[in-house]
Amino acid sequence: MLKDEDRIFKNLYNDLGWDLDSAIKRGDWSQTKEIISKEKETIIKEIKKSELRGRGGAGFPTGLKLSFAPKELGSRPHYLVINADESEPGTCKDRDILRFEPHKLIEGCLIASYAISAHTCYIYIRGEYFREGQRLQKAIDQAYDKNFLGKNACNSGWDLDVYIHYGAGAYICGEETALLESLEGNKGQPRLKPPFPALVGLYGCPTIVNNVETIAVIPTILKKGSKWFASLGKPKNTGTKIFCISGNVNNPCNVEEEMGIPLKELIEKHAGGVVGGWNNLLAVIPGGSSMPLLPKSICETINMDFDSLIKAKSGLGTAGVVVINKDQDIIRCMARIARFYKHESCGQCTPCREGCGWMWRMLERMADGDSTYKEIDLLHDVTKQIEGHTICAFGEGSAWPVQGLLRHFRKEIEKRSHEEPLIKKKSNIPYLIDQHLLEKDSA
Amino acid sequence: MPKITVNNKELEFEEGMTVLQACELAGVEIPRFCYHERLSIAGNCRMCLVELEKSPKPIASCAMPASDGMKIKTNTPFVDKARKGIMEFLLANHPLDCPVCDQGGECDLQDQSLFYGFDKSRYTENKRQVKEKYMGPLIKTQMTRCIHCTRCIRFATEVAGIPELGATGRGEDMEITTYLEKSMESELSANVIDLCPVGALTSKPYAFEARPWDLKKTESIDVMDAVGSNIRVDTYGWEVKRVLPRVNEDINEEWISDKTRYACDGLSKQRLDIPYIREGGKLKKSTWDEAMKLIITKLKSFSPNEIGGLVGDLADLEMIYSFKSFFEKCIGSTNFECRQDRIYINPQERMNYIFNSSINGIEQSDFILLVGTNPRLEATILNSRIRKSYIKNKLKIYSIGDAGDLTYPYENIGSSTSVIREIVTGTHKISDKLKKALKPIVIIGDSALCGKSGKYVFEALKNFLSRNNFINKDWNALNILTQQASRVGGIDLDVYSISETENFSFFDKLNNNVFKFIYLLGADNINFDKKDSFIVYQGSHGDKGAELADVILPGAAYTEKNGLFINLEGKLQSAYKASYPPGDAREDWVIFKDLSNMMKKPLGYNDAKDLRTLINKYIQSKNFKDIKKAIDADFVEESILVKPIDYYYTNSIVRSSKVMSECRQISKKFLFTGIEKAS
Repeated sequence: MLKDEDRIFKNLYNDLGWDLDSAIKRGDWSQTKEIISKEKETIIKEIKKSELRGRGGAGFPTGLKLSFAPKELGSRPHYLVINADESEPGTCKDRDILRFEPHKLIEGCLIASYAISAHTCYIYIRGEYFREGQRLQKAIDQAYDKNFLGKNACNSGWDLDVYIHYGAGAYICGEETALLESLEGNKGQPRLKPPFPALVGLYGCPTIVNNVETIAVIPTILKKGSKWFASLGKPKNTGTKIFCISGNVNNPCNVEEEMGIPLKELIEKHAGGVVGGWNNLLAVIPGGSSMPLLPKSICETINMDFDSLIKAKSGLGTAGVVVINKDQDIIRCMARIARFYKHESCGQCTPCREGCGWMWRMLERMADGDSTYKEIDLLHDVTKQIEGHTICAFGEGSAWPVQGLLRHFRKEIEKRSHEEPLIKKKSNIPYLIDQHLLEKDSA
Repeated sequence: MPKITVNNKELEFEEGMTVLQACELAGVEIPRFCYHERLSIAGNCRMCLVELEKSPKPIASCAMPASDGMKIKTNTPFVDKARKGIMEFLLANHPLDCPVCDQGGECDLQDQSLFYGFDKSRYTENKRQVKEKYMGPLIKTQMTRCIHCTRCIRFATEVAGIPELGATGRGEDMEITTYLEKSMESELSANVIDLCPVGALTSKPYAFEARPWDLKKTESIDVMDAVGSNIRVDTYGWEVKRVLPRVNEDINEEWISDKTRYACDGLSKQRLDIPYIREGGKLKKSTWDEAMKLIITKLKSFSPNEIGGLVGDLADLEMIYSFKSFFEKCIGSTNFECRQDRIYINPQERMNYIFNSSINGIEQSDFILLVGTNPRLEATILNSRIRKSYIKNKLKIYSIGDAGDLTYPYENIGSSTSVIREIVTGTHKISDKLKKALKPIVIIGDSALCGKSGKYVFEALKNFLSRNNFINKDWNALNILTQQASRVGGIDLDVYSISETENFSFFDKLNNNVFKFIYLLGADNINFDKKDSFIVYQGSHGDKGAELADVILPGAAYTEKNGLFINLEGKLQSAYKASYPPGDAREDWVIFKDLSNMMKKPLGYNDAKDLRTLINKYIQSKNFKDIKKAIDADFVEESILVKPIDYYYTNSIVRSSKVMSECRQISKKFLFTGIEKAS
């Protein structure tokens, strides 16, 4: 279990106050000037050494990402964009950072902007986080008042302006290129890669897009040193992480823990255990709705870090742990998730546009016990046809939960399915041209 | 050169190519729906997936830049499975209405599903139904068929320059729409029909008219403007069913204007199919023999000075040449003219009346000055090139005279000839910019040449350009934007009455009623009061010219004869006969041959081949080599107003077309450009 002094987000439960003064008391904005007086290369090297991986879901090494920005400022400005469009079902970590630890994020913005030579930072907040956005704006204003932001921020000689932009409630705008499109005022649809945003991003300029949590931990890493950060967790999965535990647990909560903590410990210790006891556990979605679920047998031993979960054919994602107990209908749960993806697909590329709705409708029928055995294989085929064929990772995100269901709960679906009837006695569907055949018993 | 391996075959490719283009170099066909060479890359249909070595996912070849050492495979089971999956998704919500779909037979989805489709549908859910959208009188929509390739959106925003098409909704509910469901405000709108890979956007006038495999396809040249777009005329029996663009990189790329495409229904309406003679103020049906005899007796009763001839806008070289030789040899008169309005021309050199920089040259240009022209309406295709150049080079465009919305931004620097004097004398602010430009283009339109100052405008600008060495072997910045398909050909064949001092002597004589006998060769845009003169009209449509006429000889329209046309750049192009003149109508050169034979003064040719040889000889014998001295013209203070053009009402074919008149009514409702405000 993580020691209290190793916690990065000390005000995760708003016990100490979110405002600038309280934040300074907790150590925020303390050595900012000294950090910025260092070489950009040194800062990026330090972050690389800490082996910090992006907290947005993909787990891309942050130091490496920051180093992708062109070293020299060319004719085009660089931008830092903070992805606060937290829409993944089961995830609410960024929300608490925005509400209770906004100064960690703002300080991180300043340091990261300096590291990638950006003078402008945009924070893209999902539209539903209106209050959180207001709180963040207040925090930004406080920082401006103390000259922590703006011209010659923190007397470091670096100019930085931070702007907030509200999304309009689209899940896909959490994808980094769709976010940039949305930020530019276009319809939020992912762009083709390459070129990657690090070279051609916002308004065609080099842009680094990072998650709120990733940026918010950077100041602490640089203050306490990369060695400290790397000593937590496991090799290549270092540091601490905010886990959001929800679902059928007695005490749903956000909790900061070391990477690689066993899932069972996480649920039992922090979330008060599964409703109805551990034995009542059916499955856990370990990383937000887009990650494949894990059945109880795997949950017993699994550790919560990127690599262990990939080995178990799932993923850490955003660390939104959704606990499902045996009171739930697992197929119905997955059908609901599939409906979410059907609703949120941007409609740009074919597999996701046409496939998500198809999956959802099939799953609904499976939950109703209205499907045939054949359709289980068909569903698997459809997920495979979506996966890897789309422009962005949404395709995987929509296909994986269904694949997880098929992998671990196929028997459950089979129980409810039946053989294909020789004559489909369907209800009156007007477009079916050979409807008349169905009415005859001899057909 | 970098190298790429496609299906174990190594080949070199040019820097900047995409994987798809490299695969095409290797002779491998990649299926695609959203990719189009002339539009930006969307990469959203995912049909072009290929296998890239060391990549766990298949890549979209249309969007991936090719790089050195890439190893691409297109024929593996992995690729095949990916494409089949995409095809299944595309077909899942696509209706099975091919038998009643107009795209049938030329549908990309149909063709490609032959290779990648399953024979049986696994999709048992209800298919999506999408409401039809109104997109104007030209585009018929059936949006249920849409596969969301967004080619139409990209065309509208990039090429046509009107951001009126877009997608609303997301996911399954994404719909292509004109937002407010109004007609597309573009003269290029119907190209989206060709671009649509499925039957979502089809041609409204052509709906359920014919099947593509039943049509006879003939290559032809468009006559609606002077650009000379390359077209394909599709006929079913006698009737022209539709007109489609042909690819010509130098002229129209693969777009044509709506007028070119949809004026064809005018070819079967208001046609003259039998000779008429006016008796007692009314036109009566007659025979060729009778009509010709009447013409010959009338001709003999006037002196050659009292006889004048006017060539219309749609004439081909055969027509003009036989007309000219008929006048010279049979009548002994040179009172003919290929202009129908007073537009200053200087036929001393060929560059004085053509578009010298060439349409392709627009793309290299870095400075454009429009003088009294609205290229959007006068030469739609050329305007789209200017827009393309603007998008590519972000070049500065200036205009003298307010031209209204041209689909690209430009600066209006005044609307008076004094601006030209300032530019020429170097006192205007853009004068230096023009001088510093590497490849400037000055486009002079009819509106600038039609006034009293026409001579000054042209000669002053020409002298200015040649003084600054912008008229040389590599680059010629002087451009005349003619609007009539026959104009450059007419001037090339010297069908004009111009002396050193007098440019409009024909019109003076016409208006002073000097001519007692006027021969109108398809001339329908004339403006004069008929008094006691005897008028012969020879042409295809019963229009303004036929209204005035005492004798009407029915001729052939542009799709009904083999003809040569010279476009505004001076390019000679040949159109083929797609259909036949209706009823008793004859090809125009045959009429002149018959007339001359009846007068016993043969014109020296018996068939079309002889005629072409004569035309060739005539044009080649023209000697422009000794460049004439510059002409000095006196300054005339006059305002240059871009003449409003009734775009869907410019010639007799368009005026007869029902589709065009629908477009005209709609455009009158919403098209308020700067022109109307100025006048």
